[in-house]
Amino acid sequence: MTGTIFDIMRYSIHDGPGIRTTVFLKGCPLSCWWCHNPESQSAKKEILFNRDRCIGCGECKTVCPAGDGKCLACGNCAGVCCSGARELVGKTVEPAEIIKEIEKDLIFYEESGGGVTFSGGEPLLQADFVQCLLELCRKREIHTAIETSGFAPLEKLLQLSAGTDLFLYDLKLMDDLKHQKYTGVSNRLIIQNLRALAAQHDNIIVRVPVIPGINDDDGNINKTGDFVSALGIREINILPYHKAGMDKYERIGRTYLLPGLEPPTGERVAELAGILQGKGLKVKIGG
Amino acid sequence: MMNERVATLREQSLKAEARVSTERAELMTRFYKSAGVYSAPVLRALAFKFLMENKAIYIGDGELIVGERGPAPKATPTYPELCCHSLQDLEILNSREKVSYTVSEEARRVYEEEIIPFWRGRSMRDIIFDQMTAEWKDAYDSGIFTEFMEQRAPGHTVLDDKIYRKGFLDFKKDIAQSLEKLDYLNDPDAYNKQEQLKAMAICADAIIAFARRHAEKALEMARFESNPTRKKELEKIAEVCHRVPAHAPANFWEVLQCYWFVHLGVITELNTWDAFNPGRLDQHLYPFYKQGLEEGSLTKEQARELLQCFWIKFNNQPAPPKVGVTAEESGTYTDFANINSGGLKPDGSDGVNEVTYLILDVIDEMRLLQPSSNIQLSKKNPDRFLKRACKIIRKGWGQPSIFNADMIVEELLRQGKSIEDARCGGASGCVETGAFGKESYILTGYFNLVKILELTLNNGIDPRTGRQLGLKTGDPAQFKTIEDLLDAFKRQLKYFIDVKIKGNNIIERLYAAHMPAPFLSIVIDDCIAKGKDYNDGGARYNTNYIQGVGLGSITDCISAIKYHVFDQHNLTMQELLEALRVNFAGREKVRLLLLNKTPRYGNDDDYADDIMKMVFDIYYNEVNGRKNTKGGVYRINLLPTTCHVYFGSVIGATPDGRKAGEPLSEGISPVQGADRKGPTAVIKSAAKMDHARTGGTLLNQKFTPQVLEGDSGIDNLAHLVRSYFKMDGHHIQFNVVDAATLREAQANPEKYRDLIVRVAGYSDYFCDLSRALQDEIIARTEHKSF
Repeated sequence: MTGTIFDIMRYSIHDGPGIRTTVFLKGCPLSCWWCHNPESQSAKKEILFNRDRCIGCGECKTVCPAGDGKCLACGNCAGVCCSGARELVGKTVEPAEIIKEIEKDLIFYEESGGGVTFSGGEPLLQADFVQCLLELCRKREIHTAIETSGFAPLEKLLQLSAGTDLFLYDLKLMDDLKHQKYTGVSNRLIIQNLRALAAQHDNIIVRVPVIPGINDDDGNINKTGDFVSALGIREINILPYHKAGMDKYERIGRTYLLPGLEPPTGERVAELAGILQGKGLKVKIGG
Repeated sequence: MMNERVATLREQSLKAEARVSTERAELMTRFYKSAGVYSAPVLRALAFKFLMENKAIYIGDGELIVGERGPAPKATPTYPELCCHSLQDLEILNSREKVSYTVSEEARRVYEEEIIPFWRGRSMRDIIFDQMTAEWKDAYDSGIFTEFMEQRAPGHTVLDDKIYRKGFLDFKKDIAQSLEKLDYLNDPDAYNKQEQLKAMAICADAIIAFARRHAEKALEMARFESNPTRKKELEKIAEVCHRVPAHAPANFWEVLQCYWFVHLGVITELNTWDAFNPGRLDQHLYPFYKQGLEEGSLTKEQARELLQCFWIKFNNQPAPPKVGVTAEESGTYTDFANINSGGLKPDGSDGVNEVTYLILDVIDEMRLLQPSSNIQLSKKNPDRFLKRACKIIRKGWGQPSIFNADMIVEELLRQGKSIEDARCGGASGCVETGAFGKESYILTGYFNLVKILELTLNNGIDPRTGRQLGLKTGDPAQFKTIEDLLDAFKRQLKYFIDVKIKGNNIIERLYAAHMPAPFLSIVIDDCIAKGKDYNDGGARYNTNYIQGVGLGSITDCISAIKYHVFDQHNLTMQELLEALRVNFAGREKVRLLLLNKTPRYGNDDDYADDIMKMVFDIYYNEVNGRKNTKGGVYRINLLPTTCHVYFGSVIGATPDGRKAGEPLSEGISPVQGADRKGPTAVIKSAAKMDHARTGGTLLNQKFTPQVLEGDSGIDNLAHLVRSYFKMDGHHIQFNVVDAATLREAQANPEKYRDLIVRVAGYSDYFCDLSRALQDEIIARTEHKSF
């Protein structure tokens, strides 16, 4: 069995408890406007091009099988690109290869109560692959977390539920029309799935990105808080919007839909946290 | 919490200008001009006595702990008997942009008319250079190694608890006992011992006299003091200075004042490297603290205030002015008094106590360059202790650094120390391991590992000058395997280590013969019992170090050659050498290939890390266990101070894609920017080294402030440290400032005068660093997180 990932990040400290390694799976059914990992969305491999780094040596052209035709994402150009301007995003990997990488930081997980987080993209898109990884982690007694948009067939979610120690479950917008506009999909499935998961799994943290002007109104936050606390979920993370992913859009040849959007102010974030705390939820800012 | 007194004293210390004081030079010249014929130790003792009896006594407004090395705060003495500055040197000190010392017209006149005519040709520096061979001088001039003793005396030792148990009157009794035991009939050394012991007794009297001069001055000031509170304080100061260090201290205040007089004695006698420090100050102070609180004679606030006043005294003493290569290798005002907190007690139990936390508060509040501070972290110490330190670290000015106390014990045990002596040990200077109060651990100079590789790649010729500097180890284009290269490197290394150690052994004898340190010898075991000087093997343990520099760089260089030339055949050796020769001009693609497509140290990649281990072994095997002239041996440690910048400046382009003249990697940190997999990968790479076989390694990590936000930021930092130490790492330190801030500070230094960053084993004002070093720190990968 193989899966497609686009990165493995060590010393990941904002995706679950302790020091963690986050495995980023490639492919996502959503296309959120604020997505800071646009290269995670397509399930296919892609070439990222960083214009600033290119020294114009032309080596990439000599190895490109497509010529002027459509990019095959074969990665030949990235292989010969000395400056690192061209980068192949997406790697087909065996579970064993990922486990080897995960095991490198065992000593840090043990010391900190950390572990591994499967994120994306959307890990549920590769549920069988993730399940295999979860089992391998379980054998090694490594704590596991899944960060998901919740947009997947329920059976996929429940298939992974038993083998996962913690779910980080995104709830972006309660209003379905807005959800459709800004993420490309309806939130009905996401909401139903969370309800079903909460009935089965007792370690879920809901995560809300705070995107000014899109979902940071009191109404949305109130609805989110009410829904979450009604499910018996006790913790919620709010993730303030940041611009760190902006320049990736250019590298991947796409247009960023929120140019000029500024991160929410500290005061606003604190107000939102206050609303959620008022509903008895434990709130953490920044995951 | 800083009261008005402390805030004022601190501000004065920060504002005081570092300047050259000729007081000491003048007194020494006067003394030597009229000195009679004495044995070397007695001569030095009389010189010390002359200084202690004649130097100006300074007691500043509001001070509680008193005594300055110069006539006033930051008035920095010179040591013409060791290094006699020329007028040109003084001009450089006065006018250089960084780490300058103001030199007045009057000081220049004194130097021109009195100091230089007498000392030229007689200073240790002149004597040393005169004794060195042509090979030594060539290697020194080419930047293969530096020589610590060319401008400063051997030092590098730290005090244990003996001065809190015994006064100098008690030491005099010990000295008298040793004198009585001398066997003139059977011991051919009896006379030498007699002279050494007599010298120590003179020094004991001298330091007592020095303290009592402060007592007299305080009383005199009290007489004219109109403010009754200050009058009382001055009377108290007089009482304290009358008692210590003649007698063992009886309370918290006396402990600090007692140490401070001893400190001043040591750094006035000679300009020893890595200024002396009190070692486990928290453990030394704790019994007095507890007793004071129980008796009601001390409050926590008084203890805090006294400690703060004590801290300021360190900051008033900039390093003695350095010039030439010494200024390059250690370009800072910091004089490396490095206070250890926490760790273990001699019986092996947890050494953290209430004073430890008080000291951490003081470090946090005072935010001073000096003294430097570190925590000794044992697995037995509570997390609360580590986290308190992490919260200070998070503020971003680089203190305290963190040492693995358990590992230091292991390192010292491996060197043959007793378990008690090992547990009383710790770190000093930047990261150097020693048995406090019992060891002379002399750093002899930095060693440029990357330059040796450069010579190897040029068949012994220094490409900078075209001269045959090293051995002819063969045309590298003929090397068939990486092993061929490593064999040649080994031979080249052995040749230069031989040159270095031969020079060291001569210098060591010169110091033993001409520059004994009888005052320092009083407080280091077993100088009194042996009747031997600190500089002549009197200490219980006598270790010499050669500090390897550029481990990350050389690892990446060898990795690049192995990977691209021998494994992947991306380049021939000739193509590589040609690219290096032209400093990659017109060969940017080759440079980027080397830079970006090489397995590099710091990424938890065994391909590179195994090479690091191999280089470590080669260096270790060449140096470790070599004999010094004091009955001890050589060992290695891996730290750079600022020498990685100087060493880089003498090396052309290197196979890791580094351009000519750029700095080398520092300590055991990866090459700046080479670590791309985050801090756990760096730590894993660094931990693959066998730290137990060193006397200190230095690992620098840089974080953006965001990574350390909140409780979880502190928790994870603490976990990172604990994990590194579980893997037997020796030391780790952190810079917590983002590159953007540093760039801004570089562009607008006037707005960032107070920005302190971690350099090597110490912190410094960012704006005082050379441009090259500033760039180097900006280039260190900053670990972020999203």
